[in-house]
Amino acid sequence: MPLLSVTDLRTTFHTRNGVYRAVDGVSFSVERGETLGIVGESGSGKSVTCYSIMGLVPQPPGRIESGSAMFDGIDLLHCSPKQARSVRGKRVSMIFQDPMTSLNPYLRVSEQVIEPLLIHEDVSRKEALRRAVEMMEAVGINDAARRIHFHPHEFSGGMRQRVMIAMALVTRPELLIADEPTTALDVTVQAQILELIRKEQRELGMAVIFVTHDLGVVAGLCDKVQVMYAGRIMETADTRTLFRSPLHPYTRALKRSIPGSQPKGEELFTIPGVPPDVSKPIAGCAFAPRCGFVADVCNAARPEIAEVAPGHAHACVRARAGEIEVGA
Amino acid sequence: MPENILELRDVRTHFALHTGFLVKRHAGAVRAVDGVTLGVRQGEVLGLVGESGCGKSTLARTILQLVPATGGAVILNGRNLGQASRAEMQACRRDLQMIFQDPYASLNPRMTVFATLAEPLRVHRICPPSEVRRRVHELMDTVGLAPRLARKYPHEFSGGQRQRIAIARALALRPKVIVADEPVSALDVSIQAQILNLLSQLCRGMNLTLIFIAHDLSVVRHISDRVAVMYLGRIVELGPAEDVIDRPRHPYTRALVSAIPVADPEVERARQRIVLLGDPPSPIDPPPGCAFHPRCPYAVDRCREAVPVLVPSGPGREAACIRLAEI
Repeated sequence: MPLLSVTDLRTTFHTRNGVYRAVDGVSFSVERGETLGIVGESGSGKSVTCYSIMGLVPQPPGRIESGSAMFDGIDLLHCSPKQARSVRGKRVSMIFQDPMTSLNPYLRVSEQVIEPLLIHEDVSRKEALRRAVEMMEAVGINDAARRIHFHPHEFSGGMRQRVMIAMALVTRPELLIADEPTTALDVTVQAQILELIRKEQRELGMAVIFVTHDLGVVAGLCDKVQVMYAGRIMETADTRTLFRSPLHPYTRALKRSIPGSQPKGEELFTIPGVPPDVSKPIAGCAFAPRCGFVADVCNAARPEIAEVAPGHAHACVRARAGEIEVGA
Repeated sequence: MPENILELRDVRTHFALHTGFLVKRHAGAVRAVDGVTLGVRQGEVLGLVGESGCGKSTLARTILQLVPATGGAVILNGRNLGQASRAEMQACRRDLQMIFQDPYASLNPRMTVFATLAEPLRVHRICPPSEVRRRVHELMDTVGLAPRLARKYPHEFSGGQRQRIAIARALALRPKVIVADEPVSALDVSIQAQILNLLSQLCRGMNLTLIFIAHDLSVVRHISDRVAVMYLGRIVELGPAEDVIDRPRHPYTRALVSAIPVADPEVERARQRIVLLGDPPSPIDPPPGCAFHPRCPYAVDRCREAVPVLVPSGPGREAACIRLAEI
């Protein structure tokens, strides 16, 4: 049985300008110890998916319309607040993109790192502090015993992200949800943080959901990847398959858009147009208006995601019918 | 060889630090840019890369005289901008324009696209008032915006479109040099490619000189002719873009290149990565000698002694490392 299994998740935001379908029928699962990458452009619903699982969607304006997220027999979307508290922050924890806004600037780091321990485990302050220092050292903060009493502004961006990771890992969670944890960091610091997540994952044997827009990060870190667009999953496969033989036109386009993969001096490949407005109903495939392989069938009905090989599924009717050349 | 249109001679920009509440006392300086010498050729695209805090944005602002240089000279077309009178400076500003990183913050939310683009035309009397309208539409056309959008406000546009407006504004005065400070960092991959294509098209079409600042090396490699790598206020390596990024010589450039994730699982998992320890040092109190030595895997005692200067390291290439021959 998978550690986390999300089925038909739909999250909408009800605003004055209409109903935004941020997540529109998403299903996936994560096994113990596995790393799942969620890739997509801004507005594709990758963060809202994670926020929904963690119960962090503000309601209102947000609303979870349907779906379930089974974590070890508990449905995180429909359980009692008490049950949810026993899981969130202890067995499932999350790190965020911007460590400056997600740490409390008024509290010393020590207060913030020991908080999950004091809430979830029956430990004394002293013991909690000892474990927090240990965790801070494990994530590569030198002189942790002294620096744990600093305030967040006394740390650099990379160090703050380490503090966040220490805070998330201090309860030894079974699942870590990382929402673009390296996007705001420099590449050299990003390399350090990715190395750190890999190391902690090995040592704690936890599963990781890694949300990013950078296909390069996914290539090195994840076991399997799912590509999201306009709140839907377009394609999901193990990392090697997704990079070697992507089947969905959007995945291919995304892969071709990476500047490093293209010969210098030539025009960069671009996807024409802009992502669709998710407040308007989309009859067929969400990518159809920008797709180079579009046909009438694409706009007729919403394509369902279906498996084409074990572990490899996509939502393109034309690719499934063999009408699009593989590798084109 | 084409003449250098822009020359930087030992440019330094330091920000003084003060302590005390009523009586301000001098307490050192942030050496944001600390001795940059660089010639930019007519019509070339020069990429400027480095981590945050290395001084690349301050250098851009110094070139445009948005912050005063505390030392050295910025020379545009043979004229020292630091010594130019107000009237001379006004004329120079026509030749020197800037595109900023955040198109949400750099456009005035209360001005329509038309007002934004017409303002420089009127201020600098580029064309007779009767021509302004036509010229604005022409500019919008150049950057791929439909002229019918001219009466709209910035909030009605997406990030990519806003960046197009910012580019049109920079082009309005037909400048010779454009400094673009991270123009695509705030955009999604698919939109990024559109803006990069537009920029390189414009440069080729109008023989523009572009200084392109970014932290993303793969973007810089694609768009630039030459690339300069900055670390803590100084240039540590300079040369043809592809050459420098594919065959970096300076230890810092090597680490920077090796930190970029490659979008190919086989390559990404097999390759050797140089993971640098720690963060860049503070520009308030830079380490003695080579600023990179505390993080450098090749550092020896000699590296602590003197600040290394740029020396030729190959055809068209320079690097500032005393151990180049040994490593």
